[in-house]
Amino acid sequence: MPTFDELEAWLPRLLHGMVFTVQITVGAFVLAVVLGLVVAVLRLSPRRRLVYIPATIYVEVLRGTPLILQLFFAYFALPSAGLRLSPVVAAILGLGLNTSAYLSEVFRGAILGVDKGQWEASEALAMTWLGMMRHTILPQAFRSAIPPTGNYAISLFKDSALASTVSVSELLFTGQVIGSETFKYMQVYLVIGLLYLALSYPTSRAVLRLERRLDLSNRTPTPRRPRRDLAAANSGS
Amino acid sequence: MTKSEEAPLISARDLRKSFGHVEVLRGVTLDVGRGEVVAIIGPSGSGKTTLIRTLNALETIDDGEITVDGICLQRATGGRLEKLDRRRIRDARRELGMVFQRFNLFPHLTALGNVMCAPHSVNGTSRNECESHARTLLEQMGLADRADNYPHQLSGGQQQRVAIARALAMKPKAMLFDEVTSALDPELVGEVLKVMRDLAEQGMTMVIVTHEMRFAQRVADRIIVMDKGSIIESGSPEQIFTQPKETRTATFLHAVLHPDDM
Repeated sequence: MPTFDELEAWLPRLLHGMVFTVQITVGAFVLAVVLGLVVAVLRLSPRRRLVYIPATIYVEVLRGTPLILQLFFAYFALPSAGLRLSPVVAAILGLGLNTSAYLSEVFRGAILGVDKGQWEASEALAMTWLGMMRHTILPQAFRSAIPPTGNYAISLFKDSALASTVSVSELLFTGQVIGSETFKYMQVYLVIGLLYLALSYPTSRAVLRLERRLDLSNRTPTPRRPRRDLAAANSGS
Repeated sequence: MTKSEEAPLISARDLRKSFGHVEVLRGVTLDVGRGEVVAIIGPSGSGKTTLIRTLNALETIDDGEITVDGICLQRATGGRLEKLDRRRIRDARRELGMVFQRFNLFPHLTALGNVMCAPHSVNGTSRNECESHARTLLEQMGLADRADNYPHQLSGGQQQRVAIARALAMKPKAMLFDEVTSALDPELVGEVLKVMRDLAEQGMTMVIVTHEMRFAQRVADRIIVMDKGSIIESGSPEQIFTQPKETRTATFLHAVLHPDDM
């Protein structure tokens, strides 16, 4: 293990790198969720070919090519097309688009997995397509999408290390720099591993908790006067 | 038909429908007048459920035409369904409440939320107004104290009554009931039939697909008997139950009313 002095010298730099790691992860995840939902909705019905086909190509291209190639493309290739992105933005774009392709499949499956009776009940109530999505279908799909989405979030967090290849000085990159200065690779990489774990493990626990909290069958009987009631009574009239 | 001067509220002309090679509706014509209660009975696989589901376009038709309160809901000729404006379909559906065999309540919403959801999102009625109307409906269903329960905390009979309240919340002109007591434990059937009887007495137009023969006999103005995708007989409850014209009707009724007699 590294000595106390070594840790004291490395940690500020490593934590600084970790800030980039978190930034990239959060940015890419938000992008991936938004794009993933849009693509999922576009791919709900193969009969609407005008949107289904382009969306399918999007998913297949992003899933069928290496993530690292997509990152290189965003950072090294786009400038020759006149688009120069900063390393962090290129990393967020590359990781975000890539994850969006996978998430779109998760979301699509979750939406189509909502019981047929729920769609019929919503339709019979004359709900619009948007109203259905918002009030009846997506809230249910959302619940079944949480566990796989959590997995992708954690795997995105770890894949953010690939941003080091497009010269983002995130956690792994910083570690490599320290390693090349001190040649104490064993110690540096051990510390880095622990730092990744220190974030990914609590995240996976949090996802599990969220999943349990939203599980409808665990829902305890509501109190006679729920808060929403009181809020409505206070705000109304 | 009762009140024959008025145009029927629901009018189905010569409906045909096949699933693959199986023809489930073979030219069915049905008019439902305003305030009329029509019960559709018949052996399973006779097309009752398919018929009632075409009436609010949950099922498409291959041939024929369906009008609801003057709005054409779907029209087809020779297996080709005419493309109709989705808004018109919604307009027609707004006039028709539907209750399903398996309740289909929204599991993530409370009983109150289920009843409020559609009027709020479809009609844009204010939350407060929706809520007070929803509470009134739940009270009518005898569920005032269940408003804050989630569906899985309710018995089947209670869930089905919430589903009826949910459909009524849209203030429909007619209600469609598709075997709404078939998924219930026997001791819970009565409470659902009671609220349906109340509705009928209040003058609601109703189409009821059911296996509850005594209920049909008591509540319906007219009984329709289906077999193998066709209406084989239609008449008043007294006529159908006491002197059916068709032997198939007689056989079916005998089998249902005296199941231990086979």
